[in-house]
Amino acid sequence: MKTVEAKHLVKTYRNGEVKALNDLSLDVEEGTVLGVLGPNGAGKTTTVRILATLLKPDSGSATVAGIDVIKHPEKVREVIGLSGQYAAVDETLTGWDNLVMFGRLYHLGRQKSVDRANELLERFDLTEAAKRPITTYSGGMRRRLDLAASLIVRPKVLFLDEPTTGLDPRGRQDMWSVIQELVTGGVTVLLTTQYLEEADQLADDIAVIDRGTVIARGTSDALKTQVGGEKLEITVENIDIAKTQEIVTRVSGHSAYVNTRTVSAPVVNGSRDLMEALRALDEAKIHPLDIGLRRPSLDDVFLSLTGHVAEEVNEEAVIPKKGRKK
Amino acid sequence: MNHAISDALVITKRQLLQLSRVPEVLIFSTIQPVMFVLLFRYVFGGSIDSGQPGGYVQLLMPGIFVQTVAFTLVATAAGLAEDMKKGLIDRFRSLPISRGAVVIGRTLGDALLNILVLAIMAITGYVVGWRPTSGMFQITLAFLFLFMFGYALSWIGIFVGLSIKDARTVQNVGFIVTFPLTFLSNAFAPTTGMPRVLQYFAEWNPVSSMVAACRQLFGLENEFGATANSWPSQNPLATSLIYMLLLMIIFIPLSIRKYKNTSA
Repeated sequence: MKTVEAKHLVKTYRNGEVKALNDLSLDVEEGTVLGVLGPNGAGKTTTVRILATLLKPDSGSATVAGIDVIKHPEKVREVIGLSGQYAAVDETLTGWDNLVMFGRLYHLGRQKSVDRANELLERFDLTEAAKRPITTYSGGMRRRLDLAASLIVRPKVLFLDEPTTGLDPRGRQDMWSVIQELVTGGVTVLLTTQYLEEADQLADDIAVIDRGTVIARGTSDALKTQVGGEKLEITVENIDIAKTQEIVTRVSGHSAYVNTRTVSAPVVNGSRDLMEALRALDEAKIHPLDIGLRRPSLDDVFLSLTGHVAEEVNEEAVIPKKGRKK
Repeated sequence: MNHAISDALVITKRQLLQLSRVPEVLIFSTIQPVMFVLLFRYVFGGSIDSGQPGGYVQLLMPGIFVQTVAFTLVATAAGLAEDMKKGLIDRFRSLPISRGAVVIGRTLGDALLNILVLAIMAITGYVVGWRPTSGMFQITLAFLFLFMFGYALSWIGIFVGLSIKDARTVQNVGFIVTFPLTFLSNAFAPTTGMPRVLQYFAEWNPVSSMVAACRQLFGLENEFGATANSWPSQNPLATSLIYMLLLMIIFIPLSIRKYKNTSA
């Protein structure tokens, strides 16, 4: 069963000047995680805002848990949780204050709101910080609290809009394990991200979007195969370029690509190929300035899918204008 | 409907909690009016010949009360704009709560804050010689008027906050509008000294009606500048009421509608 289904969504801003969504369709199977992968300005946030009933599309339709988001937004709000890019909690209040307030707004009643707040604080490892104002929290703690706030009534569908953007590696790891736990609990998740690695870690299925439309859909493995897996990259002095290119081509089996002093080519055997290249370089008495295996990045995905690199559209510049167009 | 009220009260409670968590807000929202009381009382009080028994402070206090509640407009607008910027409004909008609850809750919260600020100012006024001479009933009525005026302006604040969406801009625009509005009135000096055009403006300025109404309710004879025989200066109580009702009739539905349609 499709728990989230969007069909032919179109959304333009500034009287059609900016096309945020251009015939975007996607769906999420019940109990699975869909990673929506794309650069800034691709339309990720707009998609989430429409599905979470914060924004109306110009055309197209969408259902969440079988409910039409345009016709019955108030019913949709009862079954969703939304956790945004920016921790949307009251920063002057404490974590506990916030969760109790949201509990009350979900009409849990006083005692239940308090119980649920304590339970969530415990679960997200925030009990110690519960009575401190959010302003004293680290970025990771804020995100966890924000996530907790979206889980108060155990939503059927959870929207996570770039849950780890701006977090340090440690915070990102923590957040990932929290999300993975949730997923095991059976909630259906739509998660947006700029990082292929994140989608890889968390999502069952990935939709790559660019310029407001889905350009590829599939499992992480399928996408990676399409992109071409790992790449061997060696940076050398100018005089060694020709010889290095020869070595890399031999190891890779594909013709090596040279960009200034960096020679690169796709490899299939990862570290084994790396070692072989090293040995060959050593025999040739070439001392590489830098050598490594690079996993495909969002840029690589984009390059192979679209033929152009991910273009960053300044979404910040678009957002304040949204109010003009309803 | 039941939920609409309880939801709004949760939002109001949030604002009161904010005050207890960040007491600076309360301190700063009272320091300015208290400072005004002291400055005007001691800087102008000595040189303005008010012809008022009890001195200039009797005329000044109603003016400062009205000015202070007028700034509710800015406070509401800035608070709402800040919530929008922080994404808090988005979160509220994703919850199954009644659509008006967030803005109704905020206007209520700001109104409650006003009660506190007015109380502190009244005490300050008393300390520096303000003595209303009317009865308890009239004095209570005067404060009720002030409360309602602040509440009505708070709804304009909602509209302004939703339209401008940036707290700092809201604050600047707010002061640019409210300062002339409160000074181009009978609040601090008689309107008789103003150029003719400004006199007309001051005469019909809701701030003037409110100040005159409060002065009347506090038992003052001299309404300080209500010179012309214009209707508002003759009937300050009725005029103030009409202004307040008018503002609420226009801005409550307008602001709620704007909130429903706004996406930050």
